[in-house]
Amino acid sequence: MTTISENPQAASVSKRDEATGLIGFVPAKAARALVLGGAVLTVASCFLSWTWTPAFPGDLTYYGSPAGLQLQVLVLGLLTTLFALSSYGVKGTRWLTPAGADAAVKFAALATFGTTWYTVAAISISLGGPVNLEPGGAIVAIATLVTLLGALALPFERPTVLPVDPEDTGWDQFKHRAGNGWTAFKGAFATTGPARKLPPMHSSVEILIITGILAVALGVFTYGVGTEYDELFLGFLITAGLGFAAVNKSGLMQQATQLTKKHQNLTIAGAFTAAALFPFTQTDDQYATLGVYILIFATVALGLNIVVGLAGLLDLGYVAFLGVGAYAAALVSGAPTSPFGVHFPFWAAILVGAGASLVFGVLIGAPTLRLRGDYLAIVTLGFGEIFRIAVMNTDGTSGPDITNGSNGIASIPNLSIFGFDFGAEHSIAGFTIGRFANYFFLMLLIMAVVVMVFRRSGDSRIGRAWVAIREDETAALAMGINGFRVKLIAFALGASLAGLAGTVQAHVTYTVTPEQYLFAGPIPPNSAFLLAAVVLGGMGTMSGPLVGASLLFLIPNKLQFMGEYQLFAFGVALILLMRFRPEGMIANRRNQLEFHENDETPAPLAKAGA
Amino acid sequence: MTTTTKTADATTAPTAGEAVLDARGVTMRFGGLTAVRDVNLTVNSGEIVGLIGPNGAGKTTFFNCLTGLYVPTEGEVRYKGTVLPPTSYKVTDAGIARTFQNIRLFHNMTVLENVLVGRHTRMKQGLWSALLRLPGFKKAEAEATQRAMELLEFIGLQDKAQHLAKNLPYGEQRKLEIARALASDPGLILLDEPTAGMNPQETRAAEELIFAIRDMGIAVLVIEHDMRFIFNLCDRVAVLVQGQKLIEGDSQTVQSDERVIAAYLGEPVAEDAPAVEAPAKDAPAKDAPVEAAPAKEAPSEDEDDASEDSPSDDAPETPEASADEESSEDTPQDPASGKENDA
Repeated sequence: MTTISENPQAASVSKRDEATGLIGFVPAKAARALVLGGAVLTVASCFLSWTWTPAFPGDLTYYGSPAGLQLQVLVLGLLTTLFALSSYGVKGTRWLTPAGADAAVKFAALATFGTTWYTVAAISISLGGPVNLEPGGAIVAIATLVTLLGALALPFERPTVLPVDPEDTGWDQFKHRAGNGWTAFKGAFATTGPARKLPPMHSSVEILIITGILAVALGVFTYGVGTEYDELFLGFLITAGLGFAAVNKSGLMQQATQLTKKHQNLTIAGAFTAAALFPFTQTDDQYATLGVYILIFATVALGLNIVVGLAGLLDLGYVAFLGVGAYAAALVSGAPTSPFGVHFPFWAAILVGAGASLVFGVLIGAPTLRLRGDYLAIVTLGFGEIFRIAVMNTDGTSGPDITNGSNGIASIPNLSIFGFDFGAEHSIAGFTIGRFANYFFLMLLIMAVVVMVFRRSGDSRIGRAWVAIREDETAALAMGINGFRVKLIAFALGASLAGLAGTVQAHVTYTVTPEQYLFAGPIPPNSAFLLAAVVLGGMGTMSGPLVGASLLFLIPNKLQFMGEYQLFAFGVALILLMRFRPEGMIANRRNQLEFHENDETPAPLAKAGA
Repeated sequence: MTTTTKTADATTAPTAGEAVLDARGVTMRFGGLTAVRDVNLTVNSGEIVGLIGPNGAGKTTFFNCLTGLYVPTEGEVRYKGTVLPPTSYKVTDAGIARTFQNIRLFHNMTVLENVLVGRHTRMKQGLWSALLRLPGFKKAEAEATQRAMELLEFIGLQDKAQHLAKNLPYGEQRKLEIARALASDPGLILLDEPTAGMNPQETRAAEELIFAIRDMGIAVLVIEHDMRFIFNLCDRVAVLVQGQKLIEGDSQTVQSDERVIAAYLGEPVAEDAPAVEAPAKDAPAKDAPVEAAPAKEAPSEDEDDASEDSPSDDAPETPEASADEESSEDTPQDPASGKENDA
């Protein structure tokens, strides 16, 4: 931005001592005052009317009651105000920024600016011009701009850059200047140091804080799932993304991680409780539907994470195991279109589903796991397709009548466990729990099983063997690990977990057809999206695939207007993420360790002479 | 449990001197190439045996035959009297551990986890035990961790247990690899160039470490190019040239053997050489110019065998070792990629 036009030679020599901001001419004190003033004004203007007509979704015409996108701006404005106060060192707000306030202020200002200007632009475009803005809309736009400019003018420690070589060609000089500018720009948003350590607290206080964090997380998730129109969801993405970055930069996230690590079991139990509360926050079954599908997708992604993240076996046909489980459950569910006229109770169906997937996992794994790397990926990709085509052809004409071909098995009856009918509405403590909410609870249980399997197996002899195989198979063999056996266990375990999820999926969707289990398609779960959820979220982590799956499911679902460009946008997002954050959104414990260690010890020596 | 086996070894080791490793007539052919030809080697308990030879002599191939990475074309390898199974992990289970010429740690695991992986064969807890946390699981994990920490203390890395292996400096990575191998409670440990790339201080530290391992009752077979190191350390030294064992004996015998001097050592090592550091190291370096780059060993090995099996090649000498002074000089020409390193 502005720095590119600055003269880096001069800047790097003379200005470093004064520590200026990206916008150099504003003095630091004025900049800080601008931020605070702008943020307060932003908060205030959220209570004004932004547009004259209720035609814009969310109806932003009222004075005194923020609605829709105004609410998001309000939250961000408050966040910025608090961070700005904290940067002044105001008593009672210092705890908000344990890692230094300036970077957090910058991100918060950026988030406010982004959401506000997105809103203003959306109003102007959808209603036909900025003339449709009420004064409130203009004020908030200016206020956020002022906040952002003030934040950018805050002084920061300029990273040292190499001066431009005057003998270079013009193009090289330009590239060099641009690179220096980019380094300075990144430096402006960097935190100055690690977060302060948390003061010692009584464990009940810590647990209360964790509860608070989980409540906020549930609130954010519920809000995101419940967004009713495209603008609100896009605004939510901007708000949540940049707001999260701001909180992260403030160091609060680091402290929260410390806490949750300390009480890990409790946090997981709390997270499940929070998730179980989700249906109670809903008035109808509409969003519980989304919840169930997200859970199915996330559970399968977590199962895949054992295979890919831990054991390092790139499985491109994983969705086939979900299909095997679903078909197995559908065949024994008593559906009228199932050629077997049997109706197993749920516990038996779930065993059949998981068992069938297990068998297929072993059958496919046994010959293929002797391959390494790319070859395994190709073969699993093939097997994924073979499953779909085989199911398509076992329709009674091209082959034996088992799966009813492309029509699939329809009218799968609802589950009934101990007389609890999953198809009916139930009333619990005054809340009406619909069909999908019932399945939501069941799926939550299954996810709990998968989470337990993931954690316990990962932290054991066999889990270490998986990681060792992923790291260096030859060395792992020389350490006495029976590579084939260990890989087969990972493969089969992953398969049966997917089958487990498949048994529920069959009942939730009423119908199973071969077209649900593609390698790549617009609707998750399919193999490509599953893998993307694992990679985007963070390989080898537990929460990574859950976050990745939620986002990958919600975004295509909420942004209907993207339509055909969905896969394209998905591809672009994937490339960007891999470029800028290759470890995924949630970094592995090992990666964190790596970053942490780089602070203390020098990089490992070059392997010369080895 | 681990300590008992160790002490048992230690008591039997010095007195009995029985053969821990007994390789008979090991031959390894890759297609038409014979990398190792009819090599016999025994390692007795409580012994440190060195294996030296020019690059491409087949030392690492021989190691791979011993550890089950390769299945020897002919011959058999016995460990404490039983024939070794031809699979890598079963060999480790039987009691032979190894390190690698180019360090092969699990880079993204912590130091402690690396050693725990080495402990794999001595733990029996499977998947169900881990999932259901059956009784004994916690105990076994705690025992393994304790043993691993003991080993880390042994090599002096206990303070870095939670560091990532890839962030360790080079010398410590070498040590960690040794600790990882020791974690399987082996009766014999094979070290493939444990001091490659180390400075003299580190080399001396490694020497101490290997003596300490020997004192634990573990027999050691070591490949090395540092002659000072080898002759200080080893009770016996075997020389491998062009896949064949030239001679085996104590350091005096080997150092004064003319064929070894011709094929590998170069000009005679002076009696007072150990007192002066530079000449002793330089002497072999002159005649084995590729020594500094062990990664080239595999290609040159193929080349050696090629010259053996097809006399029309550019090395018309007889395979008789005394006659090929040049063999180490014409090594770098074979561009064939290193089979060995791929394994």
